[in-house]
Amino acid sequence: MIHFVVHDEHDSVGVVVVEGVKSGQRLTGWIMDQDKQIRVSAQNDIPIGHKLAIKKLKADDTVIKYGTDIGRTVAPIKVGEHAHVHNIKTKRW
Amino acid sequence: MNLSKAKFWGYKRENGRIGVRNHVIILPVDDLANAACEAVANNIKGAMAIPHPYGRLQFGADLELHFRTLIGTGSNPNVAAVVVIGIEEEWTKRVVDGIAKTGKPVCGFGIEQHGDHDTIMRASKAAKQYMQWASELRRVERPLKDLWVSTKCGESDTTSGCGANPTVGNAFDKMYPHKTTLVFGETTEITGGEHLVAARCRTPKVRKEFMAMFDRYQEVIDRHKTSDLMDSQPTKGNILGGLTTIEEKALGNIQKIGRKCLVDGVIDKGEVPSGPGLWFMDSSSAAAEMVTLCAASGFVVHLFPTGQGNVIGNPILPVIKLSANPRTVRTMSEHIDVDVSGLLRREMTQSQAGDALLDCMFRTANGRLTAAEALGHREFVLTRLYESA
Repeated sequence: MIHFVVHDEHDSVGVVVVEGVKSGQRLTGWIMDQDKQIRVSAQNDIPIGHKLAIKKLKADDTVIKYGTDIGRTVAPIKVGEHAHVHNIKTKRW
Repeated sequence: MNLSKAKFWGYKRENGRIGVRNHVIILPVDDLANAACEAVANNIKGAMAIPHPYGRLQFGADLELHFRTLIGTGSNPNVAAVVVIGIEEEWTKRVVDGIAKTGKPVCGFGIEQHGDHDTIMRASKAAKQYMQWASELRRVERPLKDLWVSTKCGESDTTSGCGANPTVGNAFDKMYPHKTTLVFGETTEITGGEHLVAARCRTPKVRKEFMAMFDRYQEVIDRHKTSDLMDSQPTKGNILGGLTTIEEKALGNIQKIGRKCLVDGVIDKGEVPSGPGLWFMDSSSAAAEMVTLCAASGFVVHLFPTGQGNVIGNPILPVIKLSANPRTVRTMSEHIDVDVSGLLRREMTQSQAGDALLDCMFRTANGRLTAAEALGHREFVLTRLYESA
């Protein structure tokens, strides 16, 4: 069963695609572009559609999704941690 | 799906364009004519009024866009005939003359010096004749290249970028080699992925024109913004759905243009493309504004991916909705025409999802009502450029 998907193996985040992911749950992810699987433990409850980090990120790191820059971290993010507006901001506007 | 011999059944209009609907519309030039238009549509069964709130004291480029959108709406091949009503004769005539260039039946009525009652009576007589005439028109079989297809996504979330938008991209990649006319837009919603769209432009000239439109819109945002737009772009609904930044939203958005098609040209709002291929329209990312402009540009069927569940429709342009979000297809199933949530469970390939969408598109073109049509969604929203005089 796939719990989250990742666009590209170089991405720093994946997207949860099932409802009800709980903190501590072992999750299986599918990297779509390379058709690979990875495993990550959720560090928080994460709603469907929300992201989790699949790479450890420091504050002010660039976040990569689709193999492309989608913004910067404003706090460190651990692998498996919920990654959203509380720890990532746009570099535009 | 092999589209080399793909055909659909449509209505051939006087100017050679092919429509997939056969509407008789009662089109107000301005807000003041809405009541008369709705009265005519009530009198004549099957005729449809398209009320809107604008058309008075606009000027310059904003007025030009108003006329272009109304004339484009009436000229759309999904429309068989048009009754135009405005407060004044002259602006009414301007809309009538614009639509008349297509050769389709159109007439106009000014309310001043007549009043609503007399106008409604005369307009109703014309609308009745148009309805009876249009009801005898028959569909003819046409090749795929005669179908003009637009796209725009809405209430997006992260599943849009993983599932529904790449499904549209797959369908676009499959249609593009068959000389179909395609359009996408949403200028600010490319922010963060503009270099990827620029790289897909067919010629340096198109790239330059695209970047000029992109940069102009960024200046509009910079001039008026009071924050980093985190409440508007991404929207509250986008953020609830897991989208974090405009860059992330944009990269999901541009999945709609697939991986193979090139951007053959750019058009301004409501302009008509001059040939087949993929066109970029400089436009708002607000769903109803963009879809209204697609209709004004002459597109006859629209592919609309959604994540969190947008409910939009359009009076004359059938809007086909697809979603890959399993929660949305469960909780809002009445709005979803194509369920591609299997993509995220690996139960469906991207190509199978694209085929499912194309199958629904052909059925819709042949006459099947979309969810939005059956539910009566007729959002018609004119884009304004600035204040009235």
